[in-house]
Amino acid sequence: MRDVTYLRPTSLKDAVQLYRTTPGCRPLAGGTDLMVMLHAGVLRPEPRAVLDLWSLSELKGVRVVDSTVEIGAAESYTTIIRSPDVQRHLAALAAAARTIGAAQIQNRGTLGGNLANASPAGDTLPVLLAYDAIVVTDRRAIPIDQFFTGYRKTALEPDELITAVRFPFGRQVAFRKVGTRAAQAISKVVMAVCKSPARIAIGSVAEVPLRARRAEAALERGDIAGAVSAVAEDIRPIDDVRSTAVYRRVVTQNVLRELLRA
Amino acid sequence: MVSPSPIGQSVPRREGAAKVTGAARYTDDLVIPQAWYGKTVRSTVARGRIRSISLDSGFDWGRVVVVTADDIPGENVVHLIRDDQPVLAREGGEVRHKEEPILLLAAADRVTLDEAARHIRIEYDSAKPVFELDEATEVYSTIEISKGEVLEDLKDLKDVEVVERSFKVGLQEQLYIEPQGAIAIPEPGGAIRIIGSLQCPYYVHRALKRALKLTDAQAIVVQAETGGGFGGKEEYPSMVAIHAALLARKAGRPVRLIYDRHEDLAATTKRHPGVIRHRTAVKQDGTLLSQDIEIVLDGGGYCTLTPVVLSRAAIHAGGAYSCPNVRIRARAVATNTPPNGAFRGFGAPQSLFAAELMVEHVAERLGVSSVDLRRKWMLRLGDTTATGQVLTESVGSELVLDAALKAVSTFQPSNLPTVRRGRGLSLVLHGSGFTGSGEKKLGGTIGLEALADGTFRILTASTEIGQGTKTILCQLAADALGVEMDKVVLAPQDTSLVPDSGPTVASRTAMIVGRLVQEAAIEIKDRLKREKAPPPFRVQKSYIQPDSLRWDETTYKGDAYPIYAWACTIADVEVDMTTGEVRVTDLVTAVDCGKALHPVMAEGQIEGGSLQAVGWATIEEIKMKDGGYQNDRLATYLIPTALDAPRMRTILVENPYSRGPFGAKGIGELPMDGPAPAIIAAIHDATGVWLDEIPATPEKVLAACISR
Amino acid sequence: MHFTLNGRTVTFEGSGARRLLDVLREDLGATGTKEGCGEGECGACSVLVDGEVVDSCLVAVGQVEGRDVVSVEGLALQDGTLSRLQQAFIEYGAAQCGICTPGMLLAAHVLLEGTRRPTDAQVREALAGNLCRCTGYTKIIEAVMSCGT
Repeated sequence: MRDVTYLRPTSLKDAVQLYRTTPGCRPLAGGTDLMVMLHAGVLRPEPRAVLDLWSLSELKGVRVVDSTVEIGAAESYTTIIRSPDVQRHLAALAAAARTIGAAQIQNRGTLGGNLANASPAGDTLPVLLAYDAIVVTDRRAIPIDQFFTGYRKTALEPDELITAVRFPFGRQVAFRKVGTRAAQAISKVVMAVCKSPARIAIGSVAEVPLRARRAEAALERGDIAGAVSAVAEDIRPIDDVRSTAVYRRVVTQNVLRELLRA
Repeated sequence: MVSPSPIGQSVPRREGAAKVTGAARYTDDLVIPQAWYGKTVRSTVARGRIRSISLDSGFDWGRVVVVTADDIPGENVVHLIRDDQPVLAREGGEVRHKEEPILLLAAADRVTLDEAARHIRIEYDSAKPVFELDEATEVYSTIEISKGEVLEDLKDLKDVEVVERSFKVGLQEQLYIEPQGAIAIPEPGGAIRIIGSLQCPYYVHRALKRALKLTDAQAIVVQAETGGGFGGKEEYPSMVAIHAALLARKAGRPVRLIYDRHEDLAATTKRHPGVIRHRTAVKQDGTLLSQDIEIVLDGGGYCTLTPVVLSRAAIHAGGAYSCPNVRIRARAVATNTPPNGAFRGFGAPQSLFAAELMVEHVAERLGVSSVDLRRKWMLRLGDTTATGQVLTESVGSELVLDAALKAVSTFQPSNLPTVRRGRGLSLVLHGSGFTGSGEKKLGGTIGLEALADGTFRILTASTEIGQGTKTILCQLAADALGVEMDKVVLAPQDTSLVPDSGPTVASRTAMIVGRLVQEAAIEIKDRLKREKAPPPFRVQKSYIQPDSLRWDETTYKGDAYPIYAWACTIADVEVDMTTGEVRVTDLVTAVDCGKALHPVMAEGQIEGGSLQAVGWATIEEIKMKDGGYQNDRLATYLIPTALDAPRMRTILVENPYSRGPFGAKGIGELPMDGPAPAIIAAIHDATGVWLDEIPATPEKVLAACISR
Repeated sequence: MHFTLNGRTVTFEGSGARRLLDVLREDLGATGTKEGCGEGECGACSVLVDGEVVDSCLVAVGQVEGRDVVSVEGLALQDGTLSRLQQAFIEYGAAQCGICTPGMLLAAHVLLEGTRRPTDAQVREALAGNLCRCTGYTKIIEAVMSCGT
C-alpha cells in the first residue's frame, strides 16, 4: 500500500467539499470493507486518500422523522440493532444486522458502507429493498430500487456522499439468511419478504440485490404457490466459491415458501 | 520433602500467564534490529517449464535482494523423504504446481517488496496438468497389507452378503491461527539462526544443513512460541526456514519471512484428499468374513510425507474391527496441485471415515443395529489386527463404546416441521507413536539436568504448540523427582541446546518422550540419594525399542504401533430440510487415553480435535480451479465459530498401557477420527439419506434429499 | 495525533491511514494484539475502542484520535495481578496455543461488562468473531461463564 493520506473532515459540509476536490479519494466509515482492500492493495484506481466519515455526528443516529425512521449512513450496526425505534418499526433490519459478521464487525459496519460497496451479497440490502428505503445523499434522495445499477455499481455520482437511509413505517418484513456457518459468513442466499405491499428482495442470486418482480406480481394476487414458482425465473444465480446456481435456485424457492407461510 | 504428585492434576499451564497477558512472543512479535522483510515469488501455472525470469529495468533493484536457485550453496532440495521437492524452481526447470516457489525477495520495507514483485515477469511453457486422481500416472508410494485370504469371487457363496461402497474425502487446511513464519539471522562463523513457528526443530535443522551446506553447529534452529500446528508446521517450516536463511545470507542481515493468511492458504500443505473403496463380505448372522479395501490418496505436486501418510491410512483402513481376511491396497499419486502434507490424524481420519460408514451400510443391509454389529466385530484383548499384531493389553474398544452410550442424553427429536434431528455413532482406534520401526530409527533422546540451585532442567526438542508439552513433561519430572512443579524448568527448544527427542507429531510426546523424561528423573533422584557428588550433572535417555515389538517394513506385518488409543463418538445433528444446512448440536466422546496425566489438557485435545473433524465433515470445503485453491482467504475458507461448535462432553476412560508414563497413551490425533463418520450417520438418521463424501455441504445434502 | 492505550496517552506521528494493528505492534511495541488474517475474519487482532470490541486490522489509526484503546496488555491490574477472567482462562484450560487468547479475552471482557450472568448462547454469540482452532471453544465458554456474577 503506497502512502495514502488520511483526511478527517470536521463536518459533513467539509466532507462533501473534500470529497469533491481531492483526487483518488475514498470515503471511509467503519472500514470493514475498505481497510481490507486497502491492505491487500486491490483497489483500482489506487487510492491517494481516505476520507474518514466515522466520527461525523451528522452521519450518526437513529431518529424518527414524520412516519419514517432515519438512520445515519455511518451509524454502526450494533447501535441499529439496539435501537428501540429499529426494533419497533424495522425489526427485519435488526434481524439482518445481527447476521452480519460478529460483534467486531457489527460495531463498525454501516449502512452507508454496505450501500456504497453494493455487494450483491450484502445482508441488509434486501431488507432495504423490502422496506422501499430511500438513500439520502448530500444532494438528493434516491429510491432504493434505483440505487443498484450493476455489479458493485450504484447510481451515485463520483463525488456524491450517502448521508442517511430513510425507512417508511408500518411494514412487516420477514428475513432469512442462508450462510455457510452461523456467524462471519457471506450469504449463499439472503432474502427479505413483505406480504403487503408485495416485496420479495433477494441477495446473492444476481449481480445486484434483486427485487423478484414476477414473484411479487404473483404474491400481489395472493398466489403464493405462483410466487414460489415464479421466483426461479426472476433470479440469475451463478456457481461461485460459496455455492452453486442449482442450490441457490432451490433454496430461494424453499426460503420464500417458508417466509410466506409464516 | 515429598510433594503431592501433580500427575492427574489439572495444574496451571506452564506458559499460561504469558499467553493471557500478551507477553508470549510468537515469531512475528520478535523485534530483530536491522531485519529486512522477505517475500516468495511463486508459480502461476500448475505445470510447465520456466522459460524466462526477467527483472524489469524500470525498478531500482539495488534496493532489493533477489535470491534464485543459483544462490543455493548446498543442494536445491527440501530434505524430507524423496528429495524431489526443490527449494526453488529454476529458470529452464520445471514447476509442478501453482504457488511453487521460484524467487525470493528481501527489502527494508514491505512497500518496496511488493513493488519489486510487480516488476518481475516470469514466462512459462505450460504443459498439460494432471488434476484428477484417475488421470494420475506418477505413484509416490504403494502399500499392500494382507491377512488370510480375500476371495475375489463371492457371488456364489450362500448366506453371504457383500456390500460395496466408495467414499471420498476432501482437502482440509490446518488453519493454525498464527500463519507460518521464520526469521533468519546470520551469525559469526557462517552460522544461521532460525527462529520460527514450528513443531520439529530438528527437521528444520537437517533441511537447513543440506540446502545451505552448514555443519551441525552452524545451523541453529529455535522454536518461538507457536500459535498452533496440527501437523501443518511439521514439515512445511523447513521450506520457510531455508528461504529465510538464503535471503539472510545474501542480504548479510536478518530477514523476516512471515506469511500472510492468503499466502498460507494458497501455498502450504493440506490434508491428503482421496477415495476409499470397500468390499465387505459378511455372513447373514453378521460375522465379518472379509474386508477388501482400496485407497487412493492425492499427494499433490511433490512427495513430502505422502508415503508415511499412506502408511497410516493403510494400517487403519479396516477400522476398530477383527477380521480374518483382509486385503488393503493403498497408493498415493501425484497431481499438479500444491503438495499435501501432515495434518492431525495423518491418513487415519481418511480411511477410518470409510471403515466406520461400512459398518453402518452392512448393518443396514442385514437389518441390524450398527452398535450391535460393532460389538460383534470389535477388536478385543488377544485379537489380531490386519497386520498380524496381537493386542496384548489396554484395548479400550468396548469400554469407550459403553461409556459413550451411557453418557449420552436421551435423543430429542425435532419439533419443527422443516428441521430433522438425527444421531450417529462411531468407534475408532488410533495408533500412538510412530509406525513400526519409526521410533527405533529416531532413537529420540532427552536430557535432564540437576542444577546447583536445586532446580531441574529438561532438555528436549519436543515443542509446545498448545497441546501441553511443557506442562506435562514438567509434571512427569516433578513427580518422579518428588519435588514441586516450580522446581522443574525446560530449556528452550533450541537445537544448539537440546538433543533430538524426535518430532512433535504422531501422538508420541507424552507417551514416548514423557516416558524418557520420567526415566531420567528416576535416575537423577536415585543418584542424588546415593552419590556423594552434588549437582550439577546431566542424565541422558534415549528411546529403546522393546524386543517384543516386531515390525517388517517389507511385508507390512507385525506390531504396527506400540499401542492403540480408542474413542467412541456420538453426534447429534439438525438438518434443515429446506436448505440442507447441517448443524452438529452435540458431541459426546469417550476416549481410552490410558491415563489422563492432565485431565483438562486431555479434554482440550479431544474437544479441539473433534471440532476440527466437525469442520472437515461439514463446512471446510476447498474448491479447485486450474490447480489452485479458490478458498484462499479466511472469508472463503471457513472453520467453525463458537456459534457453530456443538456442545461437547468428554469422558476420559483410563485403561493403562504398561509402557506409557503412568499408563498414558498418545491421544493428540485420535479425536480427529471419530466425528466425521458419526456425523454422516447422524445425517442419515435424520433424513434417510446416505452421503459418501465429505464435506457434507448443504449443496450435497440438499441434492441428496431431493433425489431421494 | 494522540490517543490513550491502556490508560496511557500515546502520541503517533505518521499516516492516519495505517492500520491500528500495525501501529500497536510495530510503533508501540504492543505485540499482544495478533494478526491472524488481515481481513476482519478471525478476531485475533481484537482491541477495545471506547469500550467496543473491534478488529484493529480494520481500523485506520487516525480514527482513534482522542479515543480510549484497550489491548490485552491492559487487562491485568496495575500491579500485574491477573484479572479474574485471565485467571479463569488459565484455570479452565481456555488457552492452548494462546494466539487467539488476547482477542478472545477482550471480546469476553466486553460481554461481562455488559451482561452479569451470560448464558452459554450469549457467550457463543459474543465470541463468534474470534476464531479458535485449538480448543473447540468448550473451555473458553466455561471460563467466561465462570466469571458471571
